[in-house]
Amino acid sequence: MTEQKLRDGAFDIVGMHREEQEQLSSKPVSFWKEVLYRFKQNKLAVCGLIVLIIIALMAIIVPEVSQYKYSDQLGVYNQPPSAEHWFGTDDLGRDIFVRIWAGARISLFIGITAALIDVIIGVIWGSIAGLAGGRTDNIMMRIADVLTAVPYLLVVIILIVVMEPGLVPMIIALCITGWVNMARIVRGEVMSIKNQEYVLAARTLGAGTAHLIRKHLIPNALGAILVTMTLTVPAAIFTEAFLSYLGLGVPAPRASWGTMASEGNKALMSYPWRLFFPAFFISLTIFAFNAVGDGLRDALDPKLRK
Amino acid sequence: MLQYIVKRLVYILLALFLIITATFFLMRLAPGSPFASERDFPPQIEEQLNAKYGLDNPWYIQYKDYLIDSVTFDFGESMKYKGRSTNDIIAESFPISLTLGMQAMLIAIGFGILLGVISALYHNKAPDYVSTIIAVLGISVPSFILAGLLQYYLAYEFKIFPVSGWKGYVYSILPSLAIAFTHMGFISKLTRSSMLEQNNSEYVKMARAKGLSKWKVVFKHSLRNALLPVVTYLGPLAAGVITGSFIIEQIFAIPGLGRHFVTSITNRDYTVIMGTTVFYSIILLFAVFIVDILYSIIDPRIKLKGAKKS
Repeated sequence: MTEQKLRDGAFDIVGMHREEQEQLSSKPVSFWKEVLYRFKQNKLAVCGLIVLIIIALMAIIVPEVSQYKYSDQLGVYNQPPSAEHWFGTDDLGRDIFVRIWAGARISLFIGITAALIDVIIGVIWGSIAGLAGGRTDNIMMRIADVLTAVPYLLVVIILIVVMEPGLVPMIIALCITGWVNMARIVRGEVMSIKNQEYVLAARTLGAGTAHLIRKHLIPNALGAILVTMTLTVPAAIFTEAFLSYLGLGVPAPRASWGTMASEGNKALMSYPWRLFFPAFFISLTIFAFNAVGDGLRDALDPKLRK
Repeated sequence: MLQYIVKRLVYILLALFLIITATFFLMRLAPGSPFASERDFPPQIEEQLNAKYGLDNPWYIQYKDYLIDSVTFDFGESMKYKGRSTNDIIAESFPISLTLGMQAMLIAIGFGILLGVISALYHNKAPDYVSTIIAVLGISVPSFILAGLLQYYLAYEFKIFPVSGWKGYVYSILPSLAIAFTHMGFISKLTRSSMLEQNNSEYVKMARAKGLSKWKVVFKHSLRNALLPVVTYLGPLAAGVITGSFIIEQIFAIPGLGRHFVTSITNRDYTVIMGTTVFYSIILLFAVFIVDILYSIIDPRIKLKGAKKS
């Protein structure tokens, strides 16, 4: 019987070095860098973002540099798309290409402003309700409950009629019940964050409520807020188009995609391109915002983090 | 459970009251009058008309009358169409909207779920991409644009369907498709993601391991569980179908309630506006309410406590 002597390190796993194990495999990445990385992996969302940037740039540039104005009546009526008028002209002889981008300004402006106002009201309302808790929370959320029960479009339509169609009434009408959803989400986030140790620690160190909201709650709820906001914009653009289509949108001669689609629909049988272009851009914008929103949600979802 | 129902009913009543009150004051504030479009008639006649509809009373009397009208659901004669009561208008046009709405909902739910299931079963294969594209198109293309396109291609160019009007079953196909398409997209998206989640769960793997076919597993096991999120969408679906009808009925010249609602607003036809608004609000509020109750019955995991998002 031969005795086998055990050498030192006989039971070490080959290729493993204890010192290396202690080291981090890669540099720690900040949360937002990681989100950005994951967002970039999502091709659809990146496409959506690029489309949005192009639309926004065109909306800013085209009406400024074009030789026509969106309200110019050029004397050539219902022209099909040509080198002269890229998207053709409408029944009053206005260049549709310029009108599309002037309309993009209005649609985007309404969508983004409505979303921003929703965020402001929603964040304030939601964080106060979530932080205060108890009876204040109860009353504030019951008000929100009643408001959500109110059918959205009915109210919007009636409000627009009262205030006369225009940009500002449109935004007010969109925001009047729009903020509730945001307030709910913010409240939920605040409720889950406020009981965590680091908030308690901040409180113990004497941080005030305003400081807590600004420094701890909002940064942590930012993801949810951002996603909701990106998804509010297309909803607002859609509603604007819907209302314009019913004849309750921004008044003539200003162009909005909804009004153009509505006019185009009336002339559909003879001049289909007059519907096609506004329809295409409404759909494209709504699609792009939705894609970006979905991409953001996936990127921010901690469950999907690697 | 009972407590929850009572609580929800109280919200519904509160919301109704809010809507009724807001509509009343907003209508009074709105510029224009129901008689404005009639050619200039002497002030005496206008006074008479105002007296007939009680428009000369101070606002609190009008408000009180109107509240009583709403509770008893008797809104009186239309200010625009002489001799027709608001209730008549609703009774006449609502069945049309209801048929249209039901059909649209069935299309949206049926095809939405089908597309979603196909997507999930063939995850990341061609059928998945095709149905996802259909769903994305549905979500992105507004119903009124789709309505115009359908009307142009299927009715005008190829003459498969009638262009507009309401004279029988064929007339309802294009409008219901137009209303349903957006919601179909949403439902398919919801079904797809929840089906995918179910497909990763143990019981589905088990069922597959036992040798059940893909489709059998879907219908016997996973679809039931996957449909829960879809049920939550039924409330917004009902609301969307109703509001969608405002525009679709105009495009296809269907004499439904949605069209009356929109024209009554442009006509400042106070009685009809009030009547249709109250009517719509009741339907919408109860639709959401029923869906919430239904949801709690279907899903045993949900215990109703306070308010839920609706």
